[in-house]
Amino acid sequence: MTAPILEGLDLRVLYAGRPVLEVPRIEVRAGEILAIIGPNGAGKSTLLRVLGLLEPPTSGVVRFRGAPVAWGGDDLLATRRHFASVFQEPLLCDTTVEANVALGLRLRRAASEAVTTQVQTWLARLGIAHLAQREARSLSGGEAQRCSLARAFAIHPNLLLLDEPFAALDPPTKDELLTLLQVLLRQEGSTTLFVTHDRDEALRLGDRIAVMMGGRIHQVGVPSEVFGRPVSEEVARFVGVETILPGRVVAEQAGLLTVEVDGMKIEALGRATVGERVLVCLRPEDLVIRRRDERVGLESARNHLEGQVEDATPVGAQYRVRIACGSPVVALVTKQSFDDLALERGTPVVVTFKASAVHLIPR
Amino acid sequence: MELIWRGMLEAIRLMATGDPEVLQITWLSLQLSGGATLLSLLAGIPAGMAFALTRFPGRGVCLALVNTGMGLPPVVVGLFVSIFLWRSGPLGFLQLLYTPAAIVIAQFIIAAPIVTGLTIAAMQQLNPRLRLQLLALGASRWQLLWLLMREARLPLLAAVMAGFGGVISEVGASMMVGGNLQGQTRVLTTATVLETGKGNFDHAIALSVILLLLAFSVNYLLTWIQQRGRTP
Repeated sequence: MTAPILEGLDLRVLYAGRPVLEVPRIEVRAGEILAIIGPNGAGKSTLLRVLGLLEPPTSGVVRFRGAPVAWGGDDLLATRRHFASVFQEPLLCDTTVEANVALGLRLRRAASEAVTTQVQTWLARLGIAHLAQREARSLSGGEAQRCSLARAFAIHPNLLLLDEPFAALDPPTKDELLTLLQVLLRQEGSTTLFVTHDRDEALRLGDRIAVMMGGRIHQVGVPSEVFGRPVSEEVARFVGVETILPGRVVAEQAGLLTVEVDGMKIEALGRATVGERVLVCLRPEDLVIRRRDERVGLESARNHLEGQVEDATPVGAQYRVRIACGSPVVALVTKQSFDDLALERGTPVVVTFKASAVHLIPR
Repeated sequence: MELIWRGMLEAIRLMATGDPEVLQITWLSLQLSGGATLLSLLAGIPAGMAFALTRFPGRGVCLALVNTGMGLPPVVVGLFVSIFLWRSGPLGFLQLLYTPAAIVIAQFIIAAPIVTGLTIAAMQQLNPRLRLQLLALGASRWQLLWLLMREARLPLLAAVMAGFGGVISEVGASMMVGGNLQGQTRVLTTATVLETGKGNFDHAIALSVILLLLAFSVNYLLTWIQQRGRTP
């Protein structure tokens, strides 16, 4: 495991006596992209400001390369200069694009030639070289955020802090910039702390993901772990598990559990004891729907729930279909499949899924 | 109308012939008001930035005092500065009453709250997150203050113009603390009052036209600095 470049220990922030951040431990490892996701007001930006040495915690310690940072000490500025931040707003100065990109280097009193070289390099890499002499206030939202990213990269920071940098952009611009950022981060090997409320952004960029809610980190892990095996109902809901059913383990045979949910029997792979009360979590993309009148041969999926289509909502190129199987179950199907199956409200269907697609949370 | 026309012609004549007394009065007005404005900038900009960027107990009262100070009547300033500078006053030993320095002091007291108040407004209209961004980019405390001043340069130049405008045009304080002494403390405003009192209306109008031209020239220069390179 790579050594942490930045650690937060026993971090606590109180606003007007009310705790808004309580994080016993968080670490950002050298070279990794740690994405922090959570709903609005979860304390993500506060955590970023504390770790970025922009706001002192009420209590707790931030360590950079193993050494604790003294707030208000002479070393604070020196340590902070190892970092660069990009916020949701580009927050450019009222000057040219070129001067904005040079700002961080000039604050560090970098040599003129080095400034020129870095500025030209990063203007080009962010695709805004042609805008170098333009006034920053005349840029579009996407151009301004490219300028802000170029300004941060030009410093060659040891840690890049990104606080929802795409939240204010339109979807095509956001997608374009996200792809560009992904490439740049991989090429540079930049250690990055990336705060977002968008699961897809976190999935695309994060090597590890931390889920924050109510000022606390609920789960940290690689994306497959966080998205596939959430530790609590709140985390499960936030990472996109749409079907969460309360049940009880009624049998276990060779690692295959049988869970009784509202009269239905669901088979799951997992660890639980017979009689244990659990939450059955199913991701919508893991469920397969077929019409009940359709004949099928043998198949490997262990679970087949019969129900009726309750409603269907278009989500991009897919349909989010809610099926009443005793308890409601949500599945995602492509528009084409939706049309082929001629699904409509009341259509009798069978929902199929593998035992390995079931995640159990003890309750 | 004829009186105004005669006054205009007199102004042109005085300027064209380079009347020594008018030149001396104009130059002194520019020096005293310019000096007072400069001093008010040196005190008002740091004070305004401190009020805008920090929080401390009693800040609200301080802001209210500054805002009140922005409308200080010059005669009131003149009266209190005179009391302080009288021979028997607390600062009488300085022997500054009826000197150009006394006018600078009075005009500084008039201009400083204007500059401070407008600096506070200039700083507060900046995006509060910009401060965080500049710190995050590695700005030291002094670099941060300099960058914030640079960002607020347009409203700060407006503060300079308002401060200068406030003192170049005032008459009450200059009259009371300067005494309108010929060749020593007579400035354009006090000279205009004197000429009006003597019934020399064309001369008074000429002086007031010169005063307006002076104020316009300074403000034009500042406006040019403020607006250069900016597209609508």
